Amino acid sequence: MRDLTLAWRRRADVLSTLFFFVIVVSLFPLGIGPETNLLRLIAPGVVWVAALLATMLSLGRLFANDFQDGTLEQLLLTPQPLYLVVLGKVLALWLVSGVPLALLSPVIGIQFGLGSNTLVVLVVSLLLGTPVLALIGSVGAALTLGLRGGGVLVSILVLPLYIPVLIFGAGAVDASILGSGVEANLSLLGALLALSLIFAPWATAAALRISLE
Amino acid sequence: MAKINWYKYASPANFYPLAGKIIPWFAIPAAILFIAGLYVGFFVAPTDFQQGEAYRIIFIHVPAAWMGMLLYVLMAIYAAIGWAFNARLSSMMASSISITGAMFTLLSLVTGSLWGKPTWGTWWVWDARLTSTLILLFLYIGFISLQAAIDDQKRADKAGAVLAIVGVINVPIIYFSVDWWNTLHQGATIRLLGKPTMAPPMLAAMFIMLAACWLYAVAVVLVRLRHIILEREQHAAWSAEPVGQPSWKAEEART
Repeated sequence: MRDLTLAWRRRADVLSTLFFFVIVVSLFPLGIGPETNLLRLIAPGVVWVAALLATMLSLGRLFANDFQDGTLEQLLLTPQPLYLVVLGKVLALWLVSGVPLALLSPVIGIQFGLGSNTLVVLVVSLLLGTPVLALIGSVGAALTLGLRGGGVLVSILVLPLYIPVLIFGAGAVDASILGSGVEANLSLLGALLALSLIFAPWATAAALRISLE
Repeated sequence: MAKINWYKYASPANFYPLAGKIIPWFAIPAAILFIAGLYVGFFVAPTDFQQGEAYRIIFIHVPAAWMGMLLYVLMAIYAAIGWAFNARLSSMMASSISITGAMFTLLSLVTGSLWGKPTWGTWWVWDARLTSTLILLFLYIGFISLQAAIDDQKRADKAGAVLAIVGVINVPIIYFSVDWWNTLHQGATIRLLGKPTMAPPMLAAMFIMLAACWLYAVAVVLVRLRHIILEREQHAAWSAEPVGQPSWKAEEART
């Protein structure tokens, strides 16, 4: 709840991530050319990669601000298990950046000429995938708290782990465009979500303790 | 044998000379087995029915790939032990393994690529096994970068441990990827149970090369470990002596 309130007060941060997402996605048709068939082919990948990058940008907000003003240490000392604290923060981050991103995607999908079935699959895949991205990303953000490397280091750590999510998420939308089975990809995405819900906060909590010693 | 206090070697100061003594036992057999393996692979093993002579790169490609995967698991185990038991030497071992593991993974990707061009017609394809091996390489690089970016050694070791453990799930994915997905990469020809479907000289060459790679890896990791020990234990009194010595041979002669 606290995180949601803070996010509301700093709306600019949240909105800028969304604008980044929209702008990046719009760059591709401008760079590649407006041919509709080509755009439809690349749409799933492009939207998903942009979602990945936007999520990674928003990860900076997850712990850094609290780390700087000392609140993070207080959170570590609370009687509540750190696992739940982390889960709460990631959930807030997802509600504030992942969900709007997923809900905005149909608009972008139309820009790329996707059919309405595909748009639904796109939204579902993003809704399933962005929490996974936020969860995995939280591990990277916790590991690199306060380090010199900055955003680049988080990217190096976290992008390899994002690749399966990208493959299944984009794969789901791709399958929808081609008319073949979407369920396989979506259920694998769901499995990834379940796995990361269980393990990622634990890893993040461990990483936070390590970073704050 | 029963009276040796093995825990004594958990201290970097004590392990350093032990490692020095062990290294030649691994380095020399490694060199011998490399030569033997390459000989069997290139001259004794028969020409492949489908692929002709190009298949012979398998004798480097497969051992390198196995080493890349096994070393990652080993690295994760050492890092986890170092983290759980606060054992500095284990974490140093993990750091040492990371570079060798990355090298083997890169080697497997490059040799695979060289093999793919004449046989599949392409340098690269985005199938499950190649992609997940690429991810493995990125994981190694991430581990090395993370440790390089953190100044405090203890924090670096623990952070690396978390990363290594999180990434370990990738190794079974690589291994089983050829079964789970329809892929251009060939399936497993060597199973733990059941008859292998390769000609015996080829199998022999492969295992000789694998043994050679293992011995080489142990030797190289231990050499690097000694360097890491010296680097990290600079504050300790004992470390001043070995630095003057030019090689492990000279040190062995001294002790």
